[in-house]
Amino acid sequence: MKDYGVFDILGPVMIGPSSSHTAGAARIGKISSEIAKGFFHKVTFNLHGSFAKTYKGHGTDRALVAGVLGMEPSDERIKDSLNIAKEKGILIEFIETDLGYVHPNTVKVDFHYKDRDDFYVIGSSIGGGNIIITNINGNEVEFSGDYPTILLKYKDQKGSISKISSIISNEDINIATMKVSREGDIATMVMEIDSPIEDKIIDNISSLNEIIYITGINPITR
Amino acid sequence: MFNKATELLNLCKEQNKKISEIVMEKEMKHSKISYEELIDKMNDILNTMVSSANSALDKEVISVSKISGGNAKKMETYKNKGNTISGNLINSAMARALSTSEVNAAMGRIVAAPTAGASGILPSALLTTRERFNLSNEDMIHGLFTAAGIGEIIAKNATISGAEGGCQAECGAASAMAAAAIVELVGGSVETSLHAASFAIINILGLVCDPIAGLVEFPCALRNASGVANALISADLAMAGIESMIPFDEVVEAMYKVGKAMPESLRETALGGVAATPTGEEFKKKNL
Ligand code: SF4
Repeated sequence: MKDYGVFDILGPVMIGPSSSHTAGAARIGKISSEIAKGFFHKVTFNLHGSFAKTYKGHGTDRALVAGVLGMEPSDERIKDSLNIAKEKGILIEFIETDLGYVHPNTVKVDFHYKDRDDFYVIGSSIGGGNIIITNINGNEVEFSGDYPTILLKYKDQKGSISKISSIISNEDINIATMKVSREGDIATMVMEIDSPIEDKIIDNISSLNEIIYITGINPITR
Repeated sequence: MFNKATELLNLCKEQNKKISEIVMEKEMKHSKISYEELIDKMNDILNTMVSSANSALDKEVISVSKISGGNAKKMETYKNKGNTISGNLINSAMARALSTSEVNAAMGRIVAAPTAGASGILPSALLTTRERFNLSNEDMIHGLFTAAGIGEIIAKNATISGAEGGCQAECGAASAMAAAAIVELVGGSVETSLHAASFAIINILGLVCDPIAGLVEFPCALRNASGVANALISADLAMAGIESMIPFDEVVEAMYKVGKAMPESLRETALGGVAATPTGEEFKKKNL
């Protein structure tokens, strides 16, 4: 039996019309841009399944764009996000596509940059505003963004994991979950921790010389 | 802790407390927050509800898809003419439920209660009861906790999602939550709240989920209007002393089983019910 709290039943406070097609889409957009980082000048949303079929009527398009612009699911500017992106000079493109055997509400978000290579994030909206991120630039991952999450890519060396985790525990922070996968000698780590992520921790970990990429994502309040 | 209505009832009896009090205590323990924080959080929820339930009454709010909107205002205007069939209270309640539904479809801010599709029912039910009995803000907040407690029981033991259990799960849950809260607000007992919640679900047991073109607009807004009426009359039935022959926990289980037995075409896929009528299909073609 899944546990429910009062604010799982009354909430989220959100912009309509659909928790999965609007609120969840905004969360995917927001988390994707926090992962991709930097100044993108164009974003392409590759919409799959029900997202592809009903994105206009559900405002999924506006919610995704609002998300990549940093808005939260309860932000009343979501409705105008397409115009806001235009004012900021960010090009937006929607493509209806088939991403294969994935959840029906899935989107692949491609970020395009002038000064570096494209970067993509794939996420699914799995109901009630809940999401999972399943792929980051070709690295398969799985996390919900409900907890403070640290994403890492590093050159795997002896003791890397223990170095990283001791930095975390030195700050008196508890690691809730940790998943590591490896391709060649490059490892991807997704770590969920129990307290909000502070810049200090990200800075400390990134000072390790094996680190290729790191970002910390704090959950969107609900 | 409680998972079932029988457990909730026992806790209320042992401690001589209302549903709202037990739910608040449980929530403070569950999410480790203080009483003040809890009330603050619920107050935010209430404020969003009040605004969504009123903002489409005096201006036309049209949906993003442009296939619906403006009906809350029509309803309010009709009610104000004073010549309604079912009376001022029911008409006003329906107008407010339509208002939240329309705000939702127009990408305005709402509270999922328990879902976005059924978000019009609970705010309207509480505001209508407040107006009728001159209740306070604090009463409203208590009512919301009672409603949440009932919603938790349904979510834990069955489902509150139209895609899983049909509209009986979504609007059914919202009406049951509202009915139980209304009863507590007017001074009814815990048992009476549970009878009212049972009636609200039984009254629409089997209701399918068939949104036209897959959009949360038609028949969703209508079902929010009938859902709040259902909550109000269920509360009255129970306050009159009528008892549900089937206890609430069993009603919830029955609802879950009916939902499981529903074909997928009647569970938010827009492949059955009014969505699959020739006119429904026509809307779909034009809007997708
Ligand atoms: S018909 Fe379906 S989408 Fe519409 S309110 Fe009912 S459960 Fe929600």
